[in-house]
Amino acid sequence: MTEAATHQAIEAVWRIESARLIGGLVRVVRDVGLAEDLAQEALLTALEHWPRTGIPDNPGAWLMATARNRAVDQLRRHRMLERKQGELEETAGSLGPQPPPEVETLIDENVGDDVLRLVLVACHPVLSTEARVALTLRLLGGLSTEEIARAFLVPEPTIAQRIVRAKRTLAEAQVPFEVPRGEDLAARLPSVLEVVYLIFNEGYSATRGDDWMRTELCDDALRLGRILAELVPGEAEVHGLVALMELQASRARARIGPAGEPILLLDQDRSRWDQLLVHRGLAALERAESLARPLGPYVLQAAIAACHARARTNEETDWPRIVALYDALAELTRSPVVELNRAVAVGMAYGPSEGLELVDALVDEQALRGYHLLPSVRGDLLMKLGRFDEARVELERAASMAQNARERELLEARAAACRLSAADVKLRS
Amino acid sequence: MRVMVLVKASKNSEAGKLPEEKDFVAMGNFNEELVKAGVLLAADGLHPSSRGKRVRFSGGKKTVIDGPFTETKELVAGFWIWQVKSLEEAVEWVRRCPDPMPGEESEIEIRPIFEAEDFGKEFTPELRARMERRRAEVRAQESARNKKS
Repeated sequence: MTEAATHQAIEAVWRIESARLIGGLVRVVRDVGLAEDLAQEALLTALEHWPRTGIPDNPGAWLMATARNRAVDQLRRHRMLERKQGELEETAGSLGPQPPPEVETLIDENVGDDVLRLVLVACHPVLSTEARVALTLRLLGGLSTEEIARAFLVPEPTIAQRIVRAKRTLAEAQVPFEVPRGEDLAARLPSVLEVVYLIFNEGYSATRGDDWMRTELCDDALRLGRILAELVPGEAEVHGLVALMELQASRARARIGPAGEPILLLDQDRSRWDQLLVHRGLAALERAESLARPLGPYVLQAAIAACHARARTNEETDWPRIVALYDALAELTRSPVVELNRAVAVGMAYGPSEGLELVDALVDEQALRGYHLLPSVRGDLLMKLGRFDEARVELERAASMAQNARERELLEARAAACRLSAADVKLRS
Repeated sequence: MRVMVLVKASKNSEAGKLPEEKDFVAMGNFNEELVKAGVLLAADGLHPSSRGKRVRFSGGKKTVIDGPFTETKELVAGFWIWQVKSLEEAVEWVRRCPDPMPGEESEIEIRPIFEAEDFGKEFTPELRARMERRRAEVRAQESARNKKS
């Protein structure tokens, strides 16, 4: 194996092992920053040794043993220091107040718990959403700071700083490292699911930049979701989120045109939907629905996505069922964005004027101010009602508000189509 | 990226000999690990080629050939579909796989699955759409069949 090839292989090992490695270390040293440092040092040692010795048969165990030795060294040094400096300065080291004595035996148990603990810490509510996203991709996705920065179109130092600050916040807040059970665990999950879905969405409909989709981020989020589903298999919402992401990802190929332009759901060529992901999504939804009633927000959204996935043509879409699901979702979330989506469904199920009535009620909604999809939806309904001049104004407004270049182009094109239709109507009359 | 990971056949697999329980358990554990890592998308094992058929295309002529087929080592005994970050990651996972054909020499082959971006200019959107439509039809029929059975 050439040195370059070995390095690529080590990178792959890192991706597979890093979460378990860091998770196992966090349990023992009770400090995310230190755990990651120890893991990184083990990786450096591997980069030094493996090109010469070849990759060991069990690289995960090798990395863990190396990091563990480091941890033990540090603990010993820390304790010697402690003895010298007295108990007053107990917290001076970064090892926390009570390092457990049996480091070796503790490290190899409960791998699942280790990864779950790491997820919960990385997504801890004391952290800002941005910090949670960066930390989760770094610690659980195995992404480098550079990769995260590229994915979010942010300068690398920004992400690096975000991660450093997040680790400091976690240390200062002394977040507990026990894995909660039962209802306590369920209470912590929304903050985790939010992070995963946010990563997915940033990939699925990029808010910034020139590309309408960044598939790699979708893949990362899906992988995190699938991992979570196995960590907490009894939680319906986790399966709901996985189902939602699988179903949305199944449409990825169909929602981009040859020139990179977005294609909206009802204009998509359904034969291009990825049936493997559709099947996986429907299976995850079934799993979620078998676990809990009433259904939570992710399961409901997945159920809506499933209505589209099951329809082989637009006409087969069960819009009344979608409306009913949005009713439940709106009641649960009280979100104006959900109300807006519900209006779209109502428009499809019972006609554009019914939909428009609901949208008009949302126009003064504070939370939707600046949200380009409000005028976009309104323009669309007006267009269907043949009120082309009003529709054009709304679509132009939507275009001026959209932040994604591709989306803006699409809205401008639809506004232009309205202008043509309006002229056509005038000519005929 | 997605890869198809092919477990090549062996004398025993072609003879329809099932693995011993401990080997079954080891493979089950490996599959569980793949699921837990969010890597495994699909997997199945195949019957020996004695239960398969081939259709040979030659100059417009189509001939149906019954199994078994002789080139054992080139035959496929089972497959996975994985979602991985790189081909190297797939290799690392295969290195963790228990011996698929204990007591015999065997191979596992990793093949990246074509993504839309991999096709050159000659692969027009129309052509691509047509191919995927056909693929979808096949899958729809499959799932209809599965529901019936």
